[in-house]
Amino acid sequence: MCLAIPAQVVTLLPDEMATVELSGVRKEISLALVDGIEVGDYVIVHVGYALQKLDPAEAERTLQLFAQMERPSAGDAA
Amino acid sequence: MKYIDEFRDGKLARVLAANIAREVRCERSYRFMEFCGGHTHAISRYGIQDLLPGNVRLIHGPGCPVCVLPIGRIDNAIELACGRGVVLCTYADTLRVPASQHMSLLKAKASGADIRMIYSSLDAIRIATENPGAQVVFFAIGFETTTPPTAVAVQRAEALELGNFSVFCNHVLTPSAIANILESPQVRSLGAVQLDGFIGPAHVSTVIGSRPYEYFAQEYAKPVVIAGFEPLDVMQAILMLVRQVNDGRAEVENEFSRAVTREGNLKAQALVAEVFALRRSFEWRGLGEVPYSALRIKSRYSRFDAEVRFGIEYRSVPDAKSCECGAILRGVKQPRDCKLFGTVCTPETPIGSCMVSSEGACAAHYTYGRFKDVEVVAG
Amino acid sequence: MTGSVKKGYVRPLDFKHGRVELSHGSGGKAMAQLIDELFLRSLDNEWLRQLNDQACFAVPRGRMVLATDSHVVSPLFFPGGDIGCLAVHGTINDVAMSGAHPLYLAASFILEEGFALADLKRVVESMAEAALHAGVPVVTGDTKVVERGKGDGVFITTTGVGIVPAGVDISVDRARPGDKIIASGTIGDHGVAILSLRENLSFATTVQSDTAALHRLVAAMVEAVPGIHCLRDPTRGGLATTLNEIAEQSGVGMLISEQCVPIRPEVSAACEFLGLDPLYVANEGKLVAICAPEDAQRLLEAMRRHPLGRQAEIIGEVQDDVHHFVQMETAFGGRRIVDWLTGEQLPRIC
Repeated sequence: MCLAIPAQVVTLLPDEMATVELSGVRKEISLALVDGIEVGDYVIVHVGYALQKLDPAEAERTLQLFAQMERPSAGDAA
Repeated sequence: MKYIDEFRDGKLARVLAANIAREVRCERSYRFMEFCGGHTHAISRYGIQDLLPGNVRLIHGPGCPVCVLPIGRIDNAIELACGRGVVLCTYADTLRVPASQHMSLLKAKASGADIRMIYSSLDAIRIATENPGAQVVFFAIGFETTTPPTAVAVQRAEALELGNFSVFCNHVLTPSAIANILESPQVRSLGAVQLDGFIGPAHVSTVIGSRPYEYFAQEYAKPVVIAGFEPLDVMQAILMLVRQVNDGRAEVENEFSRAVTREGNLKAQALVAEVFALRRSFEWRGLGEVPYSALRIKSRYSRFDAEVRFGIEYRSVPDAKSCECGAILRGVKQPRDCKLFGTVCTPETPIGSCMVSSEGACAAHYTYGRFKDVEVVAG
Repeated sequence: MTGSVKKGYVRPLDFKHGRVELSHGSGGKAMAQLIDELFLRSLDNEWLRQLNDQACFAVPRGRMVLATDSHVVSPLFFPGGDIGCLAVHGTINDVAMSGAHPLYLAASFILEEGFALADLKRVVESMAEAALHAGVPVVTGDTKVVERGKGDGVFITTTGVGIVPAGVDISVDRARPGDKIIASGTIGDHGVAILSLRENLSFATTVQSDTAALHRLVAAMVEAVPGIHCLRDPTRGGLATTLNEIAEQSGVGMLISEQCVPIRPEVSAACEFLGLDPLYVANEGKLVAICAPEDAQRLLEAMRRHPLGRQAEIIGEVQDDVHHFVQMETAFGGRRIVDWLTGEQLPRIC
């Protein structure tokens, strides 16, 4: 459940806050629930908080999975 | 929009649809339940069911925290705003839910109650800071995704020594919802509802991780695939579930690997454990009393607990007689099986929980999909 | 002896720090002064200068169109506009959606006691500029003042008249199966611009309201395709509501394609943040046109030649449907309906 969107951290602010951006729209959110976030990172934002850092390598891997035409198992007949 | 648009790509959708079609076995059907309001919404909004073979059915479970919030709790919130004159801060989702005596928070607002729509729990803190003379209550709802933000607010209130801030806590737990479904007679013993697997919630899982689902996969021998929020995520998860079913496996797999790990967000979990404790039982609209399924504020923070501060008494209010929400939430029935659907019960005039929020099964179907019912009827 | 009586000295209104008072609406000297120093000075035209309670003008031949609109927008000032120009554009557009040339406007103001004169001046000057730019003067008006707490600063009602050229029959019930549906540009701009200022929802964006007078675009469209069937501007309730209204009145269904609906990336993003569907978000400078399929390309090109129609797109077509559903092919490949709005669209967390 829950509406959450991935957005990029563009500025770190005092008090565990940050500005994130999505396609030119900026919003101030809280980083109180995450650690080690840097400018440029993507975070999942829900009700004004970053819930988790998004892993770009995993994102890429997932996208590639989608594009696979065949089942990726060793030795499987098509 | 990065990490959004790529996961909505129509071309990839067709590839995935072809893969699913190729791997399903024609002689059986596949019924997968999701219990994430966001998934309900995505499935309807993008018309995902259209892209699946006829023997793959998606069922909506109790994934919408607004839908499972009992009428009695909304009554309590209205009473706080109207009767006790508090400034009630709430997420917009609750505003239109009809409560007793034809009231709703929106109607209470129209008649003069100070009810404010907020986006973040920190807005409620700010309102309390700016209005030292008023009692400010934050109407907290949601599953595990929304609970850590409430914990942050409670701790912030303590740090700021806010004497006029409290939380009316209605947070509920996802695994309890799943257990309730799986334990229901229809599923467990009667086998009346065929459930072949679960699409695990996206953002709840970023917080709790994939570990809590391992129990269900083992105990009930049903596969769980945690799926991201976007339509391609959902389709990939369905493909992974089909494969598990075909293989006879019942494992927890994580499609949403870009945001979900096995452990989840430990910092958020620790915060929640600091501030909240389990309620022995809590009423879920449509499901009745569910044990160990909800949270209350720990005694240590009881001065921020609105139920303690205002001595709130809960009175259970039953749903309308012909309302089939309980059955629909368990996947036993579909919206169009309910006598009230689309006639007496519509998003404008919702009778039961499945219609009150735009992510309830009935609301989603009515808003996005009921034209298909009509075609079926018309032959 | 000279015949003229010297007027006593009247201290000019303090537009920097002054506020609206009840006396400004009571018909006496204070009201006359407000009218003179603000409304007449800004809106200045030959009709207003006559200081009558009404404006008199010759009526050109043809069918007359009359439209009225009240404006209660809050906040009063937003990126890209304010309640003043909104009031002018809104009614000009209502008149223009019949294919008519708008001729004159009337404007009535309900002012709240205590409203800052500086803000009022800003609003009225914006109206004046909008009217001048559109070539549609405000020829008569009225002012009332209500007690503090009984208004939202200022409410404006504008009424407009126009004349429909012969051979033009544009009406919401004329859509027919096979007709093409054209949107004049990007959707959701106005709603997002307003929301960005709302307390507790605030976000920073460069999105501006698209408020604009569409009558000249309409004139170009009617010249290219006099047989346009329907025109409507999707204001509150967004594109979805307008399409449903037309479908219902015409007794038809519609099928639109999500990929064809023009939308700015920032508007998309803002809607994502708040959980809103852009199809239901307000516009103030866009229109929907429905025409016979053989006219669609010509109409589209005429629209794109005009500055307010540069991003026009054919977004779908009208079809036979006894249920009057507006359906949409999602960019993803599935289908959904685009239903009527249920109450006001609110942001969601779930």
